[in-house]
Amino acid sequence: MSDRIFGAFGLLLALFYAWATLQIEESFLSDEVGPKTFPLVIAAILGLASAIIALRPDKDPVWPPLGRLAEIGAAVVVMILYAQYLPEAGFVIATALAASYLTWRLGTRPLQSLLVGACTSVGIYVIFHLVLGLSLARGPLGF
Amino acid sequence: MDIMSSLGDGFLIALTWQNLGLAVLGCFLGTIMGALPGLGPSNGVAILIPLAFTLGLGATPSLILLTSVYYGAMYGGRISSILLGIPGDEPAMMTVLDGHPMAKQGRAGEALSLSGVASFVGAFLATWGLIFLAPQLVKFALLFGPAEYFALFALAFATLGGVSSTNQAKSAFAAMLGLGLAVVGVDTQTGVPRLTFGEVHLYDGLDFLVAIVGLFALSEVFIFLEHRHGSADAEGKKIEVGRLTPSWSMLKACTPTMLRTSVLGFVAGVLPGAGASLGSFISYSMEKKLVDKEGTFGHGDPRGVAAPEAGNNAAAGGALVPMLSLGVPGSGTTAVLLAVLLSLNITPGPLLFQNNPDVVWGLIAALFIANIMLLLMNIPMVGLFTRVLMVPPRILMPIVAMVSFVGIYGISGSSFDLLVMIGFGVAGWVLRKLDVPLVPIILGTLLGNTMENNLRRAVTISNGDYMTLVDSPLSIGLWTVAIVGFVLPIFIGKVVKGRMHARRDTEGSTSD
Repeated sequence: MSDRIFGAFGLLLALFYAWATLQIEESFLSDEVGPKTFPLVIAAILGLASAIIALRPDKDPVWPPLGRLAEIGAAVVVMILYAQYLPEAGFVIATALAASYLTWRLGTRPLQSLLVGACTSVGIYVIFHLVLGLSLARGPLGF
Repeated sequence: MDIMSSLGDGFLIALTWQNLGLAVLGCFLGTIMGALPGLGPSNGVAILIPLAFTLGLGATPSLILLTSVYYGAMYGGRISSILLGIPGDEPAMMTVLDGHPMAKQGRAGEALSLSGVASFVGAFLATWGLIFLAPQLVKFALLFGPAEYFALFALAFATLGGVSSTNQAKSAFAAMLGLGLAVVGVDTQTGVPRLTFGEVHLYDGLDFLVAIVGLFALSEVFIFLEHRHGSADAEGKKIEVGRLTPSWSMLKACTPTMLRTSVLGFVAGVLPGAGASLGSFISYSMEKKLVDKEGTFGHGDPRGVAAPEAGNNAAAGGALVPMLSLGVPGSGTTAVLLAVLLSLNITPGPLLFQNNPDVVWGLIAALFIANIMLLLMNIPMVGLFTRVLMVPPRILMPIVAMVSFVGIYGISGSSFDLLVMIGFGVAGWVLRKLDVPLVPIILGTLLGNTMENNLRRAVTISNGDYMTLVDSPLSIGLWTVAIVGFVLPIFIGKVVKGRMHARRDTEGSTSD
């Protein structure tokens, strides 16, 4: 069943891709092939492969229970927030929070995970910024 | 002896303090990454690429660092295979079969040191193979025109799915997904934006490093979250390491095995799409057929440890041959290394040997140096690496995630790239669940533009005649191999893959 949905999704993707390709405005100076041919071939093979996947599905993978899916979803949300607020909060604080959250969800005890998160963040800051001189996001506090 | 003098020059380049230091660092980090279950050579190299860039290293030093990581990870994979019975990465899968029983008999130290020696022999011979085979392949590749290159890329995509996927439709899907992503951005030939939907960030195209780190490293974090490997697999298992040197009689008994499997592994590595996992698999199977008279394989036979280790390390060296001489990688990790070269504005292929001989020969010399370092590091210091295995994944995985973010942010400094990386991480997780191989996606994003340019160049030269693509005997040959390589696994792939994975753990891991 998963493969049928996946194949159907792939077909839609291929159609969308072909449609988006046809929207490309060609410039008046073009070579023999033009900018559309290659993407159209890709869309065709993509659609064909998706159709085969949908028609001849493999057996279903073991999907995690809903709770685990929510877990992954929550982690994604945390990462997105991290990416958004990194420039504002500064590297050390943002990273400490995100790392604490991840290690907590992977089974570290709550208080300990704050410690682990802080150590991870400071450790990366020291190695990458102070030792290797990589420029990291600076927050209002300067780190 | 043209080759020898070039190699001598290579050693002059590689033997500076900076390069030696990078090789030590790379070998050390690589061994650790290889040893940790879940982190293999491809994600190991992937998360270190940004580091190489932000350190402002030149081409040769970055390559030395990253190939040391690559070789190191190949060595390191055996440690957890032997001690814990969990392969540290996919190529080390076969080492579990005899290595873990040896450890249970209290001979873990012997197994570790023997496999260290076997890894050395495999990698050492393969590096010589690289030296002699690559220049020959370069001479051949100089005959290639745009049409032949287009066919060669098609061949790479057709065969890469090969044994790594049971379903060829899915590997075709993956390859097209990768190529499709490569199209995004301003068209190099006519200057019109394609598939950017007005988003300015996309005009430059998607950075393939973002895709690689997201697909390989971040998706691993999601796999761990899914299974919640909270407690380390290693916790509570104390294994007696025992004596750390193999006896001479054991080494002697294993020597023919090591030599045979090195050759076999090297050949497997050179062939497109095979890679190190297949190298170790066929090495083990062949040795079992050849020398296993008493049925001791699978119960702690030292030859069963030596065979897959020599095989997979030889394959790792072999996989560098097509990557350097043709610009077409033979495995997942070499695809990642290709990404490094491309980002450094170096185009691998026949011209690399003419224009940047310093890069090529410096790299080859560095491989010899890394190899010797790894042997020295792995035998006396194996105790240290076994201790690293005790770091539980619940602490390790957040570090992997954060280092990935730091690396990508360090290159571009943009939150947009981080969001794209998260997107790739989630997509990577879903695709892995659905058994869609990730390596063709990476290869597609890497090679897409070159492939399209070759197509357009070929057709433009012949004034719009598409038949030029199958005009020369060489390109017809390449297309034939591509088609056979794509169709054949549909019939035999299932058998090989089924056998390879018969004893595979549930541990998620990307291919080599």
